[in-house]
Amino acid sequence: MTQAPVVLRLSGLSKRFGAVQANEAVSLDLRRGEILALLGENGAGKTTLMNMLFGHYLPDAGSVEVADRDGRLAALPLGQPQAALRAGVGMVHQHFTLAENLTTFENVILGAEPLFGFRRGRAAARARLKALMARTGLHAPMDERVARLSVGERQRVEILKALWRDARILVLDEPTAVLTPQEADALFATVAGMAADGLSVIFISHKLREVLAFSHRIVVLRAGRNAGEMATRDADARAIAAMMVGGALPAQPRPAQAAPGAPVLRLSGARIDAPEARRRLAPCDMAVRAGEIVGVAGVSGNGQAALAALVSGLARPSGGTVELFGQPVTRFDPAAFIAAGVGRIPEDRHHDGVAGAMTVAENLVIERLGDPAVSRAGFLRRRAIADAARETCAAYDVRGPGPEAPARLLSGGNIQKLILARVLDRKPGLILANQPTRGLDVGAAAAVARRLIAAKARGAGVLLISEDLDEVLALSDRVLAIHAGEIREAGAPATLDRDRLGLMMAGEAA
Amino acid sequence: MIRIEPRDAPPRALRWGLPPLAALAALALAAIPLWLAGADVTRAYGLMAQGVFGSAFAVSEMLTRATPLILTGLAAAVAFRARLWNIGAEGQPYPGALAGSLAMAAPTVMKARLGVDEVVTTLLLNFVIILFVQMMLEGPFKDPMGMGWPQSEPMVEAAMLPRLFDRMRVHAGLLIGLAAALAAHVALSRTTWGFRVRAVGENPAAARHAGISVGRTLLGVGAVSGALAGLAGVGEVAGLKGYLTADLSPGFGYAGIVVAMLAGLSPLGVVAAALFVASVFVGADSMSRALGVSSYLADLIVALSLICVLAGGFLARYRVRMG
Repeated sequence: MTQAPVVLRLSGLSKRFGAVQANEAVSLDLRRGEILALLGENGAGKTTLMNMLFGHYLPDAGSVEVADRDGRLAALPLGQPQAALRAGVGMVHQHFTLAENLTTFENVILGAEPLFGFRRGRAAARARLKALMARTGLHAPMDERVARLSVGERQRVEILKALWRDARILVLDEPTAVLTPQEADALFATVAGMAADGLSVIFISHKLREVLAFSHRIVVLRAGRNAGEMATRDADARAIAAMMVGGALPAQPRPAQAAPGAPVLRLSGARIDAPEARRRLAPCDMAVRAGEIVGVAGVSGNGQAALAALVSGLARPSGGTVELFGQPVTRFDPAAFIAAGVGRIPEDRHHDGVAGAMTVAENLVIERLGDPAVSRAGFLRRRAIADAARETCAAYDVRGPGPEAPARLLSGGNIQKLILARVLDRKPGLILANQPTRGLDVGAAAAVARRLIAAKARGAGVLLISEDLDEVLALSDRVLAIHAGEIREAGAPATLDRDRLGLMMAGEAA
Repeated sequence: MIRIEPRDAPPRALRWGLPPLAALAALALAAIPLWLAGADVTRAYGLMAQGVFGSAFAVSEMLTRATPLILTGLAAAVAFRARLWNIGAEGQPYPGALAGSLAMAAPTVMKARLGVDEVVTTLLLNFVIILFVQMMLEGPFKDPMGMGWPQSEPMVEAAMLPRLFDRMRVHAGLLIGLAAALAAHVALSRTTWGFRVRAVGENPAAARHAGISVGRTLLGVGAVSGALAGLAGVGEVAGLKGYLTADLSPGFGYAGIVVAMLAGLSPLGVVAAALFVASVFVGADSMSRALGVSSYLADLIVALSLICVLAGGFLARYRVRMG
């Protein structure tokens, strides 16, 4: 790789937001046909760096140079996304930038279609997109509105959108956060193929496995600065992790195998009828017992949302029964489930988890306003709420500007810790954890996993829904596979064959 | 090239200083049409100030005008906090507090159950209510002693709200408005009810997930908002006019929306914003009489201050950089 010409050079980029120095003199080179993994904990400055490259942010200092078609490096005008696009830089953002009211096809061509004579080019464009989907294995229903797509499908549309514009330098910000291992492998195989044809790729990821498997070189950022780099063939997971956190990682405790107790959740023929597969749950018999973690593995959009809605009290089953702690449920509403002792960690922590403009302290008590510790005769006990919030934030390591600050100022990992604190502080007998570590860095994800294992040791039953197969296998006592709304028992992780589970998630094995 | 970047958190000084600055900016901008109309600008503003603060009577007139604006402003502020866009404070004063709150029930239920846009329903209900009142005033409610004017029979003296001072029009409705503002402030910031309202307004999905009934909360907010607008009507009839007419509210409901926005939806801020808007109305009235310029200038200043507050709010949240 070293002999290939440099196509992108970032030199001494710095960016400050208020009191936070997001990037400090960060430099890196990217060569033609190279796949570069950019690593670092949440808040290490990876996304800020990429946003400066793409012109979303104006750097305080430093420069960006991109090779033109003749291979000569030329300075890129800073702060202009259009210039970056013209220079052949494509970016896939971690947070979706799709128009929800347009279809997949319309989103992909949005901004790239000619202003006039559009109708004539439409058939050709459709054929081209179809070919692109076939070549990359990134399939999404072409004429479905994005609002109706699952998170995983939306991610695929994002990637298609960047590939559509013939990018010569492609930045992928956590592209596989919502893909199955097979899909991720297929994506990287595609990316590797394109790299062999001369595409240069920077990808940001928290998953060391794929970083080690697919990148050529690894650059690590820590606290906004270059922390080091290495060729992937010389790297191993522990060395990278140590470079990211600036020290050795605490070893992850193996979940203790305890004898599970009585069922805390039992579904008997419970089903949810819906026109689309992703909202549908086929009649399902399953149980979660006290003191066990049951993992549900599946590709996003296969009915996990329906299962989660059912167990969090947001949806009513179309048939069958749901029992909580041995009692059949009659009232399907979140308040009843909370009162019964169900703790719910929602999939989308920003959308369903917190009210961003309300304070951290308020978000901690939002599920228990009637609690005598929170209110008396309808009046909030503001002092008690603030004191409790300070203690809880310390106990659960929620870092931020303090309990009286709006929750939206917290980073994603700290919002997740806030939700964990809210859920676990009540010592629920059943915990629904839906994608609990999505988008979290190694340290925060480990903290979430430790908390779930501790809750299980205390005797809680945990239903873990995750698209991260490694996570399901590491935490669960029992694994279920979900595909097209059907849930099937896959067995204990120790006896499970990874490939067979992958096939079950694809609906291909019994 | 001009770039716009979000700020991490709006500076506190900017948040508090913004409304007064916006008001000043609006007054400054209003000098342009004043000057175009051929008026002596400094004299015009002097006359305006005199029209508001020049005498005890002038202050009383301003407070009288502010009274319904406080209540309609609160009606809008409380509803908007829950993102319930009640545009109906123009019609809701007519039926009074209790029925005003009932008049909000239909749009809220339709929003909660069917997703019908409450902006449309509450706005249209204004016309339904006002035309209905007009019909009643032309028919069964018409005062036989009213010399043919479409107005109701006068209220009995004992039911009228007392005047606060001799020979001044300012009445006890002002105290009701101030008390309502204080109550709304306490309710929103210190009660579980207010917590639910804010949570539903801020993020309905998260509120629902946390076990808060969005529909019930909206229904409650709608009832309170309608009742506040109704109180404004009660104050106007029982404090000022003594009888009901179809022109009870010369735009108080719509002005209330402006008041709420100027106040940043804060109930205590509503009092200040209502005083400001009332001062502009009363001051511009007396200034335009003295100088012979159009009294529509008042509407212009109020509109300008709303634009300035909205623009200022943008500048508080974003930083503009050149280069």
